[in-house]
Amino acid sequence: MDTYEGVLVFAEQRDGKLLDVGLELLGAGRQIADKLGQELAAVLLGHNVGALADELTIYGADKVYLADAPVLEVYRSDAYSLVLEELINKYKPAIFLVGGTSIGMDLAPTVAAKVNTGLSAHCVGLDVDEDGCLRSQVPAFGGSVMASIACPNHRPQMATVPPGFLKKPEKTEKKAVIENIKVNITEENVRTKVIEVFSEEPTAKPLDQAETIIAGGYGIGSKENWKMLEELARELGGSVGATRPACDEGWAVQEEQMIGQSGKTVHPNLYIGAGISGVIHHLIGIQDSRVIVAINRDADAPIMKAADYAIVADYKDIIPALIEEYKKLKS
Amino acid sequence: MMEPLNIVVCIKPVPDSRYWDRLSLDPNTKVLRREGIPIVISPLDRNAIEEALRIREAMGGKVTVISMGPPNTVEILAWAYALGVDDAVLLTDRAFAGADTLATASALASGIRKIGDYDLVLLGNESLDGSTGQVGPQVAEFLGIPHVTGVEKIDFIVDGRLRVRSKIEFGYMVIETGLPVTLAVTREINDPRVPPVFGALWATEKEAKQWTADDVDVDRATIGLDGSPTYVPEVANIEVQRRGEVLEGEPAEIARQLLEKLRADGVLPDA
Repeated sequence: MDTYEGVLVFAEQRDGKLLDVGLELLGAGRQIADKLGQELAAVLLGHNVGALADELTIYGADKVYLADAPVLEVYRSDAYSLVLEELINKYKPAIFLVGGTSIGMDLAPTVAAKVNTGLSAHCVGLDVDEDGCLRSQVPAFGGSVMASIACPNHRPQMATVPPGFLKKPEKTEKKAVIENIKVNITEENVRTKVIEVFSEEPTAKPLDQAETIIAGGYGIGSKENWKMLEELARELGGSVGATRPACDEGWAVQEEQMIGQSGKTVHPNLYIGAGISGVIHHLIGIQDSRVIVAINRDADAPIMKAADYAIVADYKDIIPALIEEYKKLKS
Repeated sequence: MMEPLNIVVCIKPVPDSRYWDRLSLDPNTKVLRREGIPIVISPLDRNAIEEALRIREAMGGKVTVISMGPPNTVEILAWAYALGVDDAVLLTDRAFAGADTLATASALASGIRKIGDYDLVLLGNESLDGSTGQVGPQVAEFLGIPHVTGVEKIDFIVDGRLRVRSKIEFGYMVIETGLPVTLAVTREINDPRVPPVFGALWATEKEAKQWTADDVDVDRATIGLDGSPTYVPEVANIEVQRRGEVLEGEPAEIARQLLEKLRADGVLPDA
């Protein structure tokens, strides 16, 4: 186990673009590597992604492993996990960090099983203990408790971190060395075929990156009234979020607008919730907001107790007033 | 035409989220106290059962559910019987206890191998409590079969091949694969049925098989506490500190007050 050293970060790319989450992990990875006095490396998989490897070199890593081959063009569990398994067995990193995207959440457990090691998910904090072992902070049971997870006797110690939780590091003067990895797998080793990839850039900022969120719940009552939230969001340059019932009613157009299901959390500077009673899932999803404002006619609604500012009133009166007063303030 | 399929659905018992406020930490042992909190089937696992039943309805075959947990887990297996599954298996043994996702996957895979002759393994994309989403891919790895996560649609095509739609950020991927395969499903895939009242009564006639670690072919070093690379050295309560300041008055007055406070807090955009 002592032969395992250094921190490795999975630098995810899609469609020839690096995802921010990989860079965020390099920031945290740098701190951990410095504490351990060890090396920080990034690994990039894809096809014709050499330029991205260059881009990666300025975010604090000492080394960038580049695996570039047609078989890696689009993400597939088999292809990516086999290449990473080989890389881990060869270079033996002590810590391997992966971004908690849909792809990262598929890849990380597959790799962990292949190399027989531990993996903690949804980590919101990473540190090392006095023995140099990784400690991952994971909110558990609806965020009512924070668990610290360790993996003392297996290597690498793996963790996934959701996008947007860590700070993207500054660019550095020092450039990482790029090391090309020979890709030994072929199509024969891959048991799935990708027929189609469809994704549509959202019109608004993704919720997990939004600095301001206006969220609505069942209490909004209609698609017509929902527009009021959209107007306030437009005015504040924010995004509109929704509770599960508001999504089910079809008021919120995109599924991605839902807060608080399946571990989906947001962490804006400002969250304003209207017509939301505050079931536990939603409250968990918003607890990392810096400031929470709740507007509800019911002073006893759970969200009112979880708010910094509780406004006991009809949102139909308050939101137009907010829009008007904010316009005045800006002019 | 497709042949009838043998489908295994992995289901997880989770504490009913309506009672999560009753969960508490033992201040001395730091162990979560969950006594007296009812268990339910993890919600997305109900989507997995529903999908299995629909596939069986469309092309025949058999649906077996498998779970791992203490003996009272039979409650959720009874619920699965009431929904109409053909068979239910509970892996229950002290040797399985204390498992992390890797050890859980090892145990479930050993149970699935004993059930045998499986074409399709279904489960929820993530559980309500841990929500790691790790067990699906790891079960597939232990079984040596491919997997797809985030599955929101399954279409069967010819010759034992299927196409599934896997959810990604702001879109999806359509993935083609053969059988056997493990698919981790999302809530979009279907609307799970609720058991008919008669089903609930009839279900009491059927009892889940209970298997211990001796009943399955598994390396003891890969299950339970011993087979778990991770452990939890510390669990701490989170205190949510919120000011809870109530704002009152006329709407315009409230709006002015609020904007002033938000500006003072440094969270008001462009101000």
